[in-house]
Amino acid sequence: MAGRQSTTKKVSKQQANASSSPKKANVSNNTNSSAKRKAAPLSDSTPKRAKGGKAASKPTGKAGAKAGKASANADSSESEDDESWAYGAVSQSDSEGEDMEDDFVSAEEGSDIEVGQLDDDFLGDEFAESDEEAKGEGADMFASGGESEDEEEEEEEDIFASNSEDSDDDDMEAKSRKLDEAAKAQAEAAEAELQTNMALEDDKFVLPGDDHESLQSTDLQVVLARIQEIVRVLNNFRDLREGNRSRSDYISQLLKDLCLYYGYNEYLMEKLFYIFPVSEAIEFFEANEVPRPVTIRTNTLKTRRRELAQALINRGVNLDPIGKWSKVGLQVFDSPVPIGATPEYLAGHYMLQAASSFLPVMALAPQEHERVLDMASAPGGKSTYIAALLKNTGMVFANDANKDRTKALVANIHRLGVKNAVVCNYDGREFPGVIGGFDRVLLDAPCSGTGVISKDASVKTNKSEQDFQMLSQLQKQLVLSAIDSVDAGSATGGYIVYSTCSVVVEENEDVVNYALRKRPNVKLVSTGLDFGKEGFTRYREKTFHPTLSLTRRYYPHMHNMDGFYVAKFKKLSNKIPAKKETEADADDVEEFTPISEDSDKSSDKAKAKAPKVTFNADEDEGLIRASRAKLLQTQKGIKLRPKKSSESKP
Amino acid sequence: MRPLTETETKTFFEKLAKYIGRNITHLIDRGDETFCFRLHRDRVYYVSEDVMKRATNVGRDQLISIGVCFGKFTKTGKFRLHVTCLDYIAQYAKHKVWIKPNGEMPFLYGNHIVKAHIGRVTEDTPEHQGVIVYSMTDVPLGFGVTARSTSDTRKLQPTAIVVFHQADIGEYLRQEDTLF
Repeated sequence: MAGRQSTTKKVSKQQANASSSPKKANVSNNTNSSAKRKAAPLSDSTPKRAKGGKAASKPTGKAGAKAGKASANADSSESEDDESWAYGAVSQSDSEGEDMEDDFVSAEEGSDIEVGQLDDDFLGDEFAESDEEAKGEGADMFASGGESEDEEEEEEEDIFASNSEDSDDDDMEAKSRKLDEAAKAQAEAAEAELQTNMALEDDKFVLPGDDHESLQSTDLQVVLARIQEIVRVLNNFRDLREGNRSRSDYISQLLKDLCLYYGYNEYLMEKLFYIFPVSEAIEFFEANEVPRPVTIRTNTLKTRRRELAQALINRGVNLDPIGKWSKVGLQVFDSPVPIGATPEYLAGHYMLQAASSFLPVMALAPQEHERVLDMASAPGGKSTYIAALLKNTGMVFANDANKDRTKALVANIHRLGVKNAVVCNYDGREFPGVIGGFDRVLLDAPCSGTGVISKDASVKTNKSEQDFQMLSQLQKQLVLSAIDSVDAGSATGGYIVYSTCSVVVEENEDVVNYALRKRPNVKLVSTGLDFGKEGFTRYREKTFHPTLSLTRRYYPHMHNMDGFYVAKFKKLSNKIPAKKETEADADDVEEFTPISEDSDKSSDKAKAKAPKVTFNADEDEGLIRASRAKLLQTQKGIKLRPKKSSESKP
Repeated sequence: MRPLTETETKTFFEKLAKYIGRNITHLIDRGDETFCFRLHRDRVYYVSEDVMKRATNVGRDQLISIGVCFGKFTKTGKFRLHVTCLDYIAQYAKHKVWIKPNGEMPFLYGNHIVKAHIGRVTEDTPEHQGVIVYSMTDVPLGFGVTARSTSDTRKLQPTAIVVFHQADIGEYLRQEDTLF
């Protein structure tokens, strides 16, 4: 931008030069250094004076300039106009030039040429070497006004120092004028800048229509700028909205831009976008582009964290404890050796494990001698953590539906020295059928992985609405079988932890809420994790059970760990209350049978039996009549009728 | 999953005895819990009775592993000890070899141990004796079979092989697909 401006400046100056006297043309044309060299001989007399003292230089400067002033005046003023018109944005650098002039020009409106001469000479002599830079600075000053002011001050000081006393009054006057004009010029410049900026911003404000779409896709920088602009508008919508554009206009454009900039598909983008406030959503997407820190978990079955840290530091690994919330976690900053292949790793002293996957196990808090089920366990980070907390007592059932992944699971279990594990390969939904009565169950459900986009960016594009439906369906089934696999009568346990590495509500709160609805014999309890955001109790059009605030959400941009969700249930009784069952049945049945006929269960059954018997006999109308008659009968005497019908049939 | 037959037990124990000798009894008669060996898909697992009984609920096809895998029977009926049993046999090992830090990585990549890498050796280790290999910090790294007795080793060149490689913990990475 600056480059373009400087060229236009040059051009306009040259135009001005053409009409002014040649000498001055040379002088004022000091935008390039060649012109500067030409100007040098002329500056012989003036610059020194300029340097030596302003009062002394003033007359000469005026005189020297005056010659061409008359002739040049018109043109120059025009050129000045030209310039300001051509590069309004640079006007500050211009004004700076004017300030310098003002040192020399006392009161009258300085013609540009005059000014230019002195200015240039001054510059030419003192900054001959750095002329180009000085010009460059002009552009910089445009950005940072403060600097230019500093320079002015310095010059002023110089001038003051060299001023003789006799010129004091004159100088004061000049100076005050100078200051006035400087202020004016600055104000003008600022206004001009504002104008141009506003013009620019206006451009951004205008939401592009549909026909612009081909243009949009060209430049990511433009898209980013637009994203920021829209976010700014949305954050202060009342004041910044443009005309009659609605919020949804802005949001739909923002969603399109975000899709383009971060490479999500539109469905997923929409899903993720509404989880957060607007600016937080951007942070979230931004955090998904940055990898999370590498973390390891000390295997307390084999070593202690301090010993492990010492051993790894001896190998040159740079690490730190992960945080106050975990006593076994270490965060690895950098390592000269592959952290997944050190002798300590092979000896099972630690496990490479994301910080977020500590959380569900910490929430589960297994006690020694308990029987724990991990329903979807591969590659075994959480299962081995459970075993470590059990200290190899009790037993761990590590299940995974994918047979290939069980290899890694078995390898990790053996490497970490877990001796009480049973590894099996079932679909989790079969579970209470295979074996039940567990003290605790951990269900780290298969999920869309929207919390770990920084690890696996393919999620951005390959998840569709159907995937989400299938996953949440599966999760709902799994959570029910997880609940059913727990023994509520367990002395120490009876807990279920449900977790996903997703941030989408459909896979989290929705599933937990569903479990609460379907299994009234469980309730949500505190996860025991003292950080993380509370789960939603309401989200867009959905309202959830109020206890969902006991669940915890984790976000990459907030906690610097993968996006995660943890909910902890306590099972109160092994019986699924019958009331709930019938309600559920009623819900299903209602769709097919008229509600008005509900009287009580026995009569329902009676009816169900009775029609079967009588329907076999006759035509439809007859049947209807008969059934009406039966209805009347049932209202009179219920018990007699089914017997009659059953007797009558054979 | 079934208990081992007579012959299987014999082959298995013979192999195991090369490393831990009579300490096998410690594996069978433990003070705390009753443990047992179970065969599942040619592999021998060492597991507590409690866990084993629970695991009988799991179908044969779906059961992948229980407790700790000690090794597997080959198709020819021999027994091959896996590195996964290292925890137990390191606990009851009779003869040990410690290797220097510069010898750790070569051994973990599956190489035999040369004399230059030996830090310490249990005295009076005979030839062709199963030994457990430790790092100098007492971390078990694997096991092997001595090529020479301790006394013969003294006369050897530094580059001569002293312990033949049998299994090492590097196999967790190298042979993850075939080991289990």
